[in-house]
Amino acid sequence: MVATTGDAKLSSRAGARAAPWALLSPGALWLILFFIVPIASLARMSLSSKKSRFDFRASFTWQWSNFSDALRAYGGHFVRSFAYAGLATVFALLVGFPLAYVIAFRGGRWKSVLLGLVALPFFTSFLLRTLAWKTLLADDGVLLSAVKGVGLRGPLQAIGIMQDGRVLASPTAVVGGLTYNFLPFMIMPIYVALERIDHRLMDAANDLYANNIAAFRRIIMPLALPGVFAGSLLTFIPASGDFVNDQFLGDANRKMIGTVVQERFIRNLDYPSAAALSFILMTLITVAVLVYARVLGTEDLTG
Amino acid sequence: MNASTMSTSAVAGRRAGVRRRVGRRVVNGAAVFALLYLFAPIAVIVVFSFNRPAGKFNLVWQHFTLRNWMHPFARKELTQAMMLSLRIAVLAAVIATALGTLVALALTRYRFRGSAAVNLLLVLPLTTPEIVLGASLASLFIQRGVKRGFATILIAHVMFCLSFVALTVKARLRGFDWTMEDAAMDLGAGPIRTFVRITLPLIAPGILAAFLLSFAISIDDFITTLFNAGNRITYPLQIFGASRAELPPQVHVLGTMVLLVGVVFLVGGALVGMKRASRR
Repeated sequence: MVATTGDAKLSSRAGARAAPWALLSPGALWLILFFIVPIASLARMSLSSKKSRFDFRASFTWQWSNFSDALRAYGGHFVRSFAYAGLATVFALLVGFPLAYVIAFRGGRWKSVLLGLVALPFFTSFLLRTLAWKTLLADDGVLLSAVKGVGLRGPLQAIGIMQDGRVLASPTAVVGGLTYNFLPFMIMPIYVALERIDHRLMDAANDLYANNIAAFRRIIMPLALPGVFAGSLLTFIPASGDFVNDQFLGDANRKMIGTVVQERFIRNLDYPSAAALSFILMTLITVAVLVYARVLGTEDLTG
Repeated sequence: MNASTMSTSAVAGRRAGVRRRVGRRVVNGAAVFALLYLFAPIAVIVVFSFNRPAGKFNLVWQHFTLRNWMHPFARKELTQAMMLSLRIAVLAAVIATALGTLVALALTRYRFRGSAAVNLLLVLPLTTPEIVLGASLASLFIQRGVKRGFATILIAHVMFCLSFVALTVKARLRGFDWTMEDAAMDLGAGPIRTFVRITLPLIAPGILAAFLLSFAISIDDFITTLFNAGNRITYPLQIFGASRAELPPQVHVLGTMVLLVGVVFLVGGALVGMKRASRR
């Protein structure tokens, strides 16, 4: 606490230089010990080998084949996971942006209520909500009955959203679940970005004869971009490593990479291959994030 | 000539007005759809807390009953798991809030070499998928021969909550007028007194928000916990196990109870917010 003052009158120059580090060190140390060091452990584990399933501790043997084996066996799972996560991100943006926009610009005195509603799902368990989708999408559940009732079954089958009259155990259900679960993470940052926009800018655009679409494209979109960037990352990153939606709503023959890692690690106790897969996942996501940041031209991640 | 141009511009204006109104409706409709999408599964949870399931899984609607609500704590394993989750969430939120706030203070109060690296260190856990966090911590514990259990769950939760706290408090501190501290000290207050009387009250809302956020994240965490729980069973782990073996309606009852607590918070917060808005 003493160090927060950092006052030249009270502390020497060396003391002032040490002050931030005194404040930082407990937290930073925790992150180094339990985030950075574990990543190193993961790297080490990914290059280890086990003699058998029952050999509890893996020994470090520079087993590079773990990586090539993992990619050969599960390359398709990576592609599928990124495709699902990418689709979920796009859908979350399409569904979430209008709500964020309405709350920011038309919320009025209901703003805080609407924001609370967006946060309300967090008060129920993530797993329970995903299980609820299982009920909603069941073969004889509410949604499918309604779809059949209004005769949408044919068209939905035709565009591949439904298969054999079912939605459960299909990519549609998994992508829908991922979109749902991370939607608030898309809405919140976009709302924060839109909220900061000065309404007089819109009036100015209208005065200068910009129609609504032009005003949206030229004023709102660029200013909302940091929010879209943050929201996309907060959706895409957890979605690509998720295995809950996959296991509750998906098809066991078309697994996501998260499910594979979980099964390898926890059920088969095959730590080295699970570690190699995790390492590949982390690397691919980092590359994707950097490319995305370049494309959008935003580098302000830390805020 | 003059009259005709006027009338065409009037028509064009009316047409633009119609287009604007239609656009408005479409955007509002999309927002309503998003809200419905967010709430559909929550409605299912509430409704199914009144269901009398036929088999072991409370996933298909059968009969209305109040029995589940009469015996909400009938399933001991569920209640125990909930208690464990609550204990971990409180402890993790307290530790993460304390450590994270100190980091945020250091980053906003001082300019120093290495602050960029610290910022990066804070963001990285948030841009790493949970499965990697879980698998890497578990790798560390396995390699060091640490038995996984209560302590390892707590370590994991503090780790990812810490980043959320530091970034939340940091955002709150942006634009904080540090000269107030100098003023207090010029008036003879010591550094501790200054912090407790001036700084702390001003940043308290940010700290409270960070604490609640940490609590919510910790109590609902599943993926990282699964890798580091050993044989301890938190509430999400219990639900995951139950989803495979048996899903009693008490799961939905307890879920609805927690939701009600959330609604109370929300209504309270909204009333305060609306009062403040109308005063303005």
